[in-house]
Amino acid sequence: MSDFAAAFSNAVSLIVELDAGLAEIVLLSLRVSMSAVFIATLIGLPLGAATAMFRFPGRMSIVVVLNAMMGLPPVVVGLVVYLLLSRAGPFGVMGLLFTPAAMIIAQTVLIFPIIAALTRQVVEDLWEEYAEQLRSLGATPARAMPTLLWDARFSLLTTILAGFGRASAEVGAVMIVGGNIDHVTRVMTTAIALEVSKGDLALALGLGMILISLSLGVTGAAFVMREAARG
Amino acid sequence: MDKTILPLHVADLTFSVGGANLIDGISFALEAGPRTIVLGPNGAGKSLLLRLCHGLIKPSSGEVTWKGANGSDPARHQAMVFQRPVMLRRTVSANVEYALGLRGISHSDRREKIDEVLSRTGLQKFARTPARVLSFGEQQKLALARAWALNPQVLFLDEPTASLDPAGTRAVEQIIAAIHKGGTKIVMTTHDLGQARRLGDEILFLHQGKLIEKTEAQSFFERPASNLGQAFLNGDLLW
Repeated sequence: MSDFAAAFSNAVSLIVELDAGLAEIVLLSLRVSMSAVFIATLIGLPLGAATAMFRFPGRMSIVVVLNAMMGLPPVVVGLVVYLLLSRAGPFGVMGLLFTPAAMIIAQTVLIFPIIAALTRQVVEDLWEEYAEQLRSLGATPARAMPTLLWDARFSLLTTILAGFGRASAEVGAVMIVGGNIDHVTRVMTTAIALEVSKGDLALALGLGMILISLSLGVTGAAFVMREAARG
Repeated sequence: MDKTILPLHVADLTFSVGGANLIDGISFALEAGPRTIVLGPNGAGKSLLLRLCHGLIKPSSGEVTWKGANGSDPARHQAMVFQRPVMLRRTVSANVEYALGLRGISHSDRREKIDEVLSRTGLQKFARTPARVLSFGEQQKLALARAWALNPQVLFLDEPTASLDPAGTRAVEQIIAAIHKGGTKIVMTTHDLGQARRLGDEILFLHQGKLIEKTEAQSFFERPASNLGQAFLNGDLLW
């Protein structure tokens, strides 16, 4: 119990004092995860909608692979991205390993299947309801796609939040491709892992509480936006 | 209005699923003008026939030809109202605007058209209301307004009042009459004999995927040419 009390006072004092080191870690965490969510949304929404609306060879395989990739272990994604970005790897010349960019790439790979697979399900259901009406009005499937994505916006927001949740919570992938370098690639989850291994449980718990609060804040803000938009 | 795409010629139209002919070798022609009511018991193929004519589904065999189209795209001159209105998640006026946008109507012309159809259907006061908040009857009126805004030469209606109360039904029937008065050909399915009497100029009577008779409305109700038609009017033909 004393650990929790210490952790709590630690967390509070870290926040109240606006600790520069902590702020740096929190901001980098948000930057990495939000960039990954942004890119994964750009890929996942059209990909999910296309697999829902178009019939093309290989469609079923894409659906099965996307569904399977929803459960990708972060460490495996980290390892694969590590191999691709390492000096000897195909993208080694870009020198991205152990930079925030590498972490964004790894998290994007991790969450775009979640966004794409859930989008497919949402859009497929909506397309079934809308298809005849939209075709009657003269919409081609390509023209109907943005309409469906817009009309599914409330469900898709939840989908994107699921992606954000996964990105901000994972530690394996960013640890491997980022390397947890102080002031460069240290994010909240890798910092927590490090503090635990150093035995500073209070600091680790404090960081954990901030991470959970941030997560709650983002989800809550999205919920408020959604309710406001519904009117 | 442009030159009409009518008459519509349907030749030996068949639509089958799993070996069963749900539409079975139907042929007829529809001219501009009279309101056509497609009548028949449940499962006769009324909705399928409308969808085939409107081009939403492809026939297994046979042809649907718009004789007056002369190379222009006949789909641009048609609209359809479904039994269950599909409302986009946006305001009432945005629902109409969306349809106008799809038909390539310029932004400047849309506003006037939207105001016109919303006031004609009594929805003006809901212009900025989210369409999904409307009652079922108002949604169906909006579906009619959306179709009306497109100035279709042919309007297909698939049981548009099947889920409405008497007041809603009357309102929808009045709108359909007004659309017809503007020169639009009405092709509508119903299983409601009273409605068919009120709105029909000619009757296409279907039974089990076959066209049993195509008769002028008054004579169909007075002395149908077929025994099946007589049985249907007597309420003895359930499917």
